Amino acid sequence: MSKQRIVVVGNGMVGHRFIETLLQSGDGYDITTFSEEPRLAYDRVQLSTYFAGSTAADLALADTDTYRNSGVNYVLDDKVEQIDVQARVVTTTAGRRATYDKLVLATGSSPFVPPIAGADRPHCLVYRTIEDLEAITASARDSAVGVVVGGGLLGLEAANALKELGLKTHVVEFAPRLMAVQLDADGGELLRRKIEALGVEVHTEKNTRAIVAGDRHRYRMNFADGSHLETDMVLFSAGIRPRDELARRHGLAVGERGGIVIDNYCRTSADAVYAIGECALWDGRIFGLVAPGYQMAKVAAAHIAGADASFTGADMSTKLKLLGVDVASIGDARAQTPGAKSYTYIDEVEQLYKRLIVSADGSRLLGAVLVGDVEAYGNLLQLKLNDMALPDNPEGLILPVSPGAVAAEGVDALPATAQICSCFDVSKGDICGAVQNGCADMGALKAQTSASTGCGGCAALAKQVMDSELASLGVAVNNHLCEHFAYSRRELADIVRVKKLATFGQLLDQCGSGLGCDICKPAVASILASYENEYVLTDDHIGLQDTNDIFLANMQKDGTYSVVPRVPGGEITPQKLIALGQVADEYKLYTKITGAQRVDLFGAQLHELPAIWGKLIDAGFETGHAYGKALRTVKSCVGSTWCRYGVQDSVAMAIALENRYKGLRSPHKLKMAVSGCTRECAEAQSKDVGVIATERGWNLYVCGNGGMRPRHGDLFAIDLDDETLVRYIDRLLMFYVRTADRLQRTSVWLEKLEGGLEYLREVVIADTLGICEELEAEMTKVVGTYQCEWKTTLGNPRKLKRFSHFINSGATDDKLAYVQERGQRRPADREESIKTINVL
Amino acid sequence: MSEAVMRQRRQQPAPARDQWVSVCRAADLAPDTGVCALVNGEQVAIFNESRSRSVYAISNYDPIGGANVLSRGILGSIDDEVVVASPLYKQHFSLLTGACLEQAEHRLKIYPVRIHDGEIQVQTVF
Repeated sequence: MSKQRIVVVGNGMVGHRFIETLLQSGDGYDITTFSEEPRLAYDRVQLSTYFAGSTAADLALADTDTYRNSGVNYVLDDKVEQIDVQARVVTTTAGRRATYDKLVLATGSSPFVPPIAGADRPHCLVYRTIEDLEAITASARDSAVGVVVGGGLLGLEAANALKELGLKTHVVEFAPRLMAVQLDADGGELLRRKIEALGVEVHTEKNTRAIVAGDRHRYRMNFADGSHLETDMVLFSAGIRPRDELARRHGLAVGERGGIVIDNYCRTSADAVYAIGECALWDGRIFGLVAPGYQMAKVAAAHIAGADASFTGADMSTKLKLLGVDVASIGDARAQTPGAKSYTYIDEVEQLYKRLIVSADGSRLLGAVLVGDVEAYGNLLQLKLNDMALPDNPEGLILPVSPGAVAAEGVDALPATAQICSCFDVSKGDICGAVQNGCADMGALKAQTSASTGCGGCAALAKQVMDSELASLGVAVNNHLCEHFAYSRRELADIVRVKKLATFGQLLDQCGSGLGCDICKPAVASILASYENEYVLTDDHIGLQDTNDIFLANMQKDGTYSVVPRVPGGEITPQKLIALGQVADEYKLYTKITGAQRVDLFGAQLHELPAIWGKLIDAGFETGHAYGKALRTVKSCVGSTWCRYGVQDSVAMAIALENRYKGLRSPHKLKMAVSGCTRECAEAQSKDVGVIATERGWNLYVCGNGGMRPRHGDLFAIDLDDETLVRYIDRLLMFYVRTADRLQRTSVWLEKLEGGLEYLREVVIADTLGICEELEAEMTKVVGTYQCEWKTTLGNPRKLKRFSHFINSGATDDKLAYVQERGQRRPADREESIKTINVL
Repeated sequence: MSEAVMRQRRQQPAPARDQWVSVCRAADLAPDTGVCALVNGEQVAIFNESRSRSVYAISNYDPIGGANVLSRGILGSIDDEVVVASPLYKQHFSLLTGACLEQAEHRLKIYPVRIHDGEIQVQTVF
């Protein structure tokens, strides 16, 4: 049987979801999708993150490789203009034609620009596509003041964008309050106050009449009440209009105010033609959120596959962060149901507003409004969606009393059918099932069920359900390193140390099974290196080394490497800086200053690494171990030698520490810093080891962390002299090496250490375990056996042979592609490296 | 070493179908590591697993990370299946079947490979 030909017009979030869903239902389809945009589907919900640094690639939902591998034909930058519903053929602007058995219209919507005189002037823009964002960014460069017309959900996101771009920002709203659809009067008022406190001016009940030339700024907006506002740019975000022109042109039924009429199966009035998402009109309603669009995609795909599913409306509850303010709206937020009653909680100090709308008899939740604190959203939404009976004192749901207790009760009370993730339709039962099948963390849960991988709004609730199920199963955590060793890293470190084992093979023979894997091999390599500190690329050790260690450089996403020479304490001579620049220039390496006061050179191919390092070593550099779970850097401020406030020579101390501990392999990377005075310019309290100068010596802080889970270091000892400082750090680091789990940073290690900081002080300072001499001896051995691994490698022709892409050819990887950006090269993204293919 | 290089040069141009092509000396492939060879225009990752005393060859292209890097992954076993872990995102690929253990929709090409006269040879069945 030949495949059904499916043509999807529009490749937005909903069109893409439809294709994904159809692919999952079987391979009996020949799918072609057309997009008038220059790229495949991307996440419009997260569009605002573009201004916080996300790129088009970060936002991408679909990619050309996946489409191609799945056999999906795609055409970008071309628009479907004609549908011949008799012959079942569509025709594009460029004249491409495609025949369909089933046609799916997912044309989305366009921003509504009110009919205002002057609204078509330059610098009057809309906010929907990545191209719109690019135009906004460009316009903002020549503007000081920006006005958003529309105080709804999207309008406030747009206002945030203008604020992020550094503009004085105004929001102009026709209704008497912000988010008029979702909020009641008091909620809207509190939101307004919070937003104005952030410096965004809100003007309500303003009807814009005309945009004319301004006096002080580019334009002047004249309002119906006689007032006016001057601005340099205007952003319209006053609602959406369904893109139904194609359907309209070919006689498909459309609504009076737009929208392609669909039935419960998402079928339009034309044979074999479906419509889904924001272009579709169901029961007289347009659904301007992504979740209902996803539901329609699922229904249409099911119907085409011959399965039974129907669209019967969607919940329009929503939770989001607007200009940093948490806002949520559930169900009948404005209490329009006859007889509805409400509970309201207002905290003017913390600026919180919460309101529950309940049925006349007080037994059911009809809706809710939350501003400032949306913690209760998940529970309330479940109460509403599952039509559950309210507790005896519903006010407890929004009162700030033991919120944890309410949450726990909420999760356990949910029926198994309760929908937790609306983006991927994952129920409580699905999550519990996944936990019963072995999911024990959010990563595993996401991989297995897709829950929280869409908008992410349900993450907290999904975790509660998972934790509750884990607890009810009485799951005990197994600390075995992996399937090859029934021991924890700490136990393996003890075995290696006590039995004086020197290779992974010996350890596997004595207490392991199988061949090992990418978990245990690098972990054991690290343990061996911490104690024996042999060259990591010997025949015994080379096969254990992780992605980066094995070539002594950091692999980037295209398989090339970055190179980071050591710059102890961040001090570098002009000559060495020039040498770095010359090497980077010669090999066209993308150059970036790191947060650790050194320079990262990106894009080196495997065969170039030895030559690059030859030149760096000639210029006096050593390897920086940026590739290893090892000491990275000791950051410093300039200290007493230059600074007016410095009380100790922090640079000299940082260099001494970095040279002492460089090359130390540890359970995870190690970072240190030394500040020359209490102003703490080196940010030592965010490091594994932080040293801050005092009038009398050094204060030692331990187990701090930046990154994903920041933790301030704990003050461990005060006013230490140089020698004591180093002795304590020696002991601390070797104790960490001995006892930490695999990939456990010092911050987590300390939190898990029984007895905590006090215990650590007893071990390291008071030596209650009597191991300090041993720990110091181990450190002395590591310090004494330091070698620059690159220098060793360059002196070994057999090792160097591995540094070429092919063992049997001087050719290089032909898949690498670069584009220029801001004067340097960077890897081309998939769209850039693969030209759009013409499918017809 | 120069001998080996010369031998490779001689054998490089257009091997006929179904021929065994030498890509390097067995000694060039350190225990429990991989190398990448260019065979008939294709990138082939070749591994030397020392415990099972076996040599394996699969496509060098990681379809998930989208880069030619698999020869640089760590060897190991998962439930007795000999695998290589992608150096990019750590998915495991069976060296016997080419199947990805985490994402079954990906399956890599595998190549016949042998050690013959101290050389590693890949069969050109394309």
